[in-house]
Amino acid sequence: MIPLLSVSGLRVGFGRDPRANEVVRGISFDLADGETLAIVGESGSGKSVTALSINRLIDFSGGRITGGSMKLKRADGSLFDLTKASEPQMTGIRGAEIGMIFQEPMTSLNPVLTIGAQIEESFRLHRGLTGRQATSAAKDALDRVRIPDAARRLKYTPNQLSGGMLQRVMIAIALACNPRLLIADEPTTALDVTVQAQIMALLGELKRETGMSVIFITHDIGLVAGIADKVMVMQNGQAVEQGELNQLLDRPGHPYTRHLLRDVPHFANGRATRADGKRDENAGMNPALKVDGLVVRFPLKSNVFSRATGAVHAVDGIDFDLMPGETLAIVGESGSGKSTTAKAVLGLVRSTRGSFSIETNSAARSARPVQMVFQNPYASLNPRLTIESILAEPVIATGGRVDAGTKAAMASLLERVGLPANSLQRYPHEFSGGQRQRLCIARALMLNPSVVVLDEAVSALDVSVQAKVLELLVDLQREFGLAYLFISHDMAVVERIAHRIAVIYAGQIVEIGKAASVLSQPRHSYTKKLIAAVPTIDRRRERFELDTRQMPSLVRPQGFEPAPARWEAFGEDHMVRVEG
Amino acid sequence: MRILRAIFGHGSGRIGGCIVAVYLLLAILGLLGLTPHNPITQYRIDRLHAPSAAYWMGTDLFGRDVASRLMAGIGQSFTVAFFSVAFATLAGTVLGLAAAWLGRRWDGVVMRIMDVLLAFPAILLALLIVTVAGPGTWTSVIAIGIVYTPIFTRVVRGPALSLKAREFVDAARTFGSSSSYIVTRHLLLNLVAPLTVQVTLALAWALLTEAGLSFLGLGTQPPAASLGLMLSDSRNLMETAPWLMIFPGLAIMISILGFNLLGDALRDVLDPKTRRAPA
Amino acid sequence: MNYLLRRLATFPLVLLGVSVLVFVAIRMVPGDSITAMLGTEAGLLTPAQRDALAAYFGIDQPWFVQYWRWIGGILRGNFGISVTYGRPVLDVVLERFPLTLELAVLSMIIALAVGMPAGIYAATHSEKPSDLGVRVIAMIGQSTPSFVLGLLIIYTLSAGFGVLPAMGEFAPLWQDPLRNLSQLILPAVTLGFAFAASVTRIARSAMLDVLSDDYVRTARSKGASARSVIWRHALPNALIPVVTLSGIEFGYLLGGAVIVEQIYALPGLGRMVLDAILQRDYALVQGSVLFIAFNFMIVNLLVDLAYVALDPRIRLGEQ
Repeated sequence: MIPLLSVSGLRVGFGRDPRANEVVRGISFDLADGETLAIVGESGSGKSVTALSINRLIDFSGGRITGGSMKLKRADGSLFDLTKASEPQMTGIRGAEIGMIFQEPMTSLNPVLTIGAQIEESFRLHRGLTGRQATSAAKDALDRVRIPDAARRLKYTPNQLSGGMLQRVMIAIALACNPRLLIADEPTTALDVTVQAQIMALLGELKRETGMSVIFITHDIGLVAGIADKVMVMQNGQAVEQGELNQLLDRPGHPYTRHLLRDVPHFANGRATRADGKRDENAGMNPALKVDGLVVRFPLKSNVFSRATGAVHAVDGIDFDLMPGETLAIVGESGSGKSTTAKAVLGLVRSTRGSFSIETNSAARSARPVQMVFQNPYASLNPRLTIESILAEPVIATGGRVDAGTKAAMASLLERVGLPANSLQRYPHEFSGGQRQRLCIARALMLNPSVVVLDEAVSALDVSVQAKVLELLVDLQREFGLAYLFISHDMAVVERIAHRIAVIYAGQIVEIGKAASVLSQPRHSYTKKLIAAVPTIDRRRERFELDTRQMPSLVRPQGFEPAPARWEAFGEDHMVRVEG
Repeated sequence: MRILRAIFGHGSGRIGGCIVAVYLLLAILGLLGLTPHNPITQYRIDRLHAPSAAYWMGTDLFGRDVASRLMAGIGQSFTVAFFSVAFATLAGTVLGLAAAWLGRRWDGVVMRIMDVLLAFPAILLALLIVTVAGPGTWTSVIAIGIVYTPIFTRVVRGPALSLKAREFVDAARTFGSSSSYIVTRHLLLNLVAPLTVQVTLALAWALLTEAGLSFLGLGTQPPAASLGLMLSDSRNLMETAPWLMIFPGLAIMISILGFNLLGDALRDVLDPKTRRAPA
Repeated sequence: MNYLLRRLATFPLVLLGVSVLVFVAIRMVPGDSITAMLGTEAGLLTPAQRDALAAYFGIDQPWFVQYWRWIGGILRGNFGISVTYGRPVLDVVLERFPLTLELAVLSMIIALAVGMPAGIYAATHSEKPSDLGVRVIAMIGQSTPSFVLGLLIIYTLSAGFGVLPAMGEFAPLWQDPLRNLSQLILPAVTLGFAFAASVTRIARSAMLDVLSDDYVRTARSKGASARSVIWRHALPNALIPVVTLSGIEFGYLLGGAVIVEQIYALPGLGRMVLDAILQRDYALVQGSVLFIAFNFMIVNLLVDLAYVALDPRIRLGEQ
């Protein structure tokens, strides 16, 4: 059998001298009809460049193919080398024989055209359909990706649909003309985990229906366990290992593959939680942070002159306490209110109701006992200030003086978070994402806080950097007795660092308790759904359930109060909100 | 230093930088009176003399040396441009930062006032101000300064608002940093780059507006030299003495070109977003 | 429609601000208006005559009463009487307006007809010699003041071809279209040149921005041809900055092109305002400036309408 696509010795470079600046250096693989290849790697590994080279979109991003061949078996059975194709030849192949979906569904669709027009375009280009024929073909394409009420949605513009819906539209476009190869470049990375599960389920079903081949680019080796036949692991522009899925997952040959499989956080259904920090050790102590009935509402006004007609109930009655030395993880999807909770604790958003009590360390009373580390290490450091000025800011802000003692404290903190001692005179842009996040941690520790709020603090980092920063956080917690409020959407990361977990849904906690217990025996239907959606290495070729339910609207009429919560206890530290 | 080198490595930056440097030299010489001849001395015998070794750019109707008047005029124009842009930058930065940082009502009030100023065509607003205060060099400075204040206010307010929403400002709030610290260190310091670009481009507009005002007789008053005035005076002598028109015309054009080129280069060098992949 | 309503709400506010500003500015002009009106003859007036005149023009009242009367008059369509023309201000302004409007429209047609294709061409041939050529010309165009270009054109015509641009009595479009166009074409080119250069530059950079957007990549991944990518996917998204720039420029041109009208001796709004200012015809200055600001804001409103038509995100009241 001749493979559908046979890539050999592919090299891709950028810039004036592409040969001197190669990002992909000699990639070879074969892809048979109906087969799925996963390309796994971290940022800068060259995986996306490889994907964009196959349909030659790389030509438009300044890349040049400097060597190798990519032989595509065309519909008529002839072999065609994509590296030698002219642009007009490629326009006949793109969309018709090779479809592609991208990472950011929100920006990948044209904002000024209706989704109907954008789907019809494919049929017009490759099938010659126009008018009513094209419209009805577009409607069928939307039906195929299980978008309800397709005929009406054709008239929508992209801003009227959610990210998950838009990614379905992208899939509808990519598969409109039944290409035999689909390239999916991190198609679920920007989506919530339950939406990710639905998109993966959809891709799996469509693959079975059409018998197409898929190249799936991802950073998450756990995600592809459910869909891939073969896996290629990339690092620094080269394939360090490739092979059958089971063989590669069970008997990885290359150290980097082993690293990706073992050192990087993967979800293990509560089996990988921390063993330290038992709650009863702290019995009798005051909580470091106690939150009582926190409510955050944003009033909605139809115009400047009228009174509020309703409110967005972003956080609707949240209580928890956090003991010294303990990590409470707040998990939930986008829009659930988890970040608003964090910001309310710090006073960055005004809380409508509720109280906080904060106990400072008995040893050193800090002026600002609660500190925060933000999600984006690139946005949370002022690019125009030296590291010294950045670390001095909390000291100046609390009325302290920057003297020799302060500088010594800075140097030792930097060393403690694993940064070179000469960092003080440097600027943020000289550091990598992981290093910047370490800087943010050091800055948060300058004021000797008792509570650190970590808002998606490792989400923007590469998987292997994530693991190292998590390790650092655990060490610092033990050393300084810090309490962490860890906000995250990523169950695998949460499993590694949390002692306790609070699951938040539509502004309310639905389940809270010991990490191992919540993750291994979820009780609330939402927690169950959330955990079932998390990809794991263990579950291979499992079918995901298709579920199109969405989070209820948080907009409530003026004066609306939620019904008081009733709780049910499971075991000594595991509470579940009673449903219905 | 790094920025200077980057500008010099940038094609249009090199040309623009050289033009601006030459003009600055001419302006200083013109202001110090180090011109080939006295710009207001009337060499009656040599009236309307064509360009020659003695009068490089010829003489005008009163026998004054065009080259010397040109240098004095450049000095004059640059003085007005420099001070008016300084005025607009200062006023616009303060207003823009105040609007962005204080928000709500302050933002509304400041921006509505700027809307009022922007509802006048630039030259009309300048004319109105000159009428109120009477023509003259410093009136031109104030008039042009006020005309460009709303533009600087907008240039500062937009980025200041987006900086205000950045996480490092949130972080500063969690430490309890003072407003003045946040506004100066986190907002203003990050606005230096866009402001530099805007200042350079505004200098080009200011030169243009100054020349326009003088052309209409409402800027610098005779007998002092100014490029706009020279150009205006040349209109009736266009056919007999074209040098009276050509040299000041080119002088104005090239000075504006210089600042525009430099501004473009600065934008490319200082703003990483404009470094794009070829289409 | 929320967005448009919000924009409309500020409209009267800004207009009120403009009227106060003009009114106050005029009253800050040194010297009293009776002297300005009558010149040396004012010296012959007895104090009683002076008071009578002041009462007649209403300038014996406190400023807010004067302002109130002025605004009240405007709301009834009465902008006051121009002293220099001895006719109602509105009549004088409306007489000059057609020329200004026509000149503005012609300049904008030239600017868009030249600037759009040039900008798109440069963006799609980015970093090639032809792109560089377009950019150099646009840069020079943007740096050439209208009065320098206008004088150069006149000089070239008279010195090179011995012809002078058509001047003399201005012929309105509906009376003598040919003569009208021959009178306006050179001023329109003079104004349109720099305008076209700005359009070229903004169209180029907007296209370059858009061409690197994700949805353009999506269009290419569908197999769209280069032409379809440019015209169907990129251009509609690149239009907003072009519309913004053209709207502002056009709005300003509606206020009269003082300098170009001066050079080509055209009886437009700009020169009328200049003369009114120089002759201290306060009623005319006040009325015409308010008229100009009103037009400018109407153009801005049209620009907003264009945004709404171009971008569905704005229609729904987002950013």
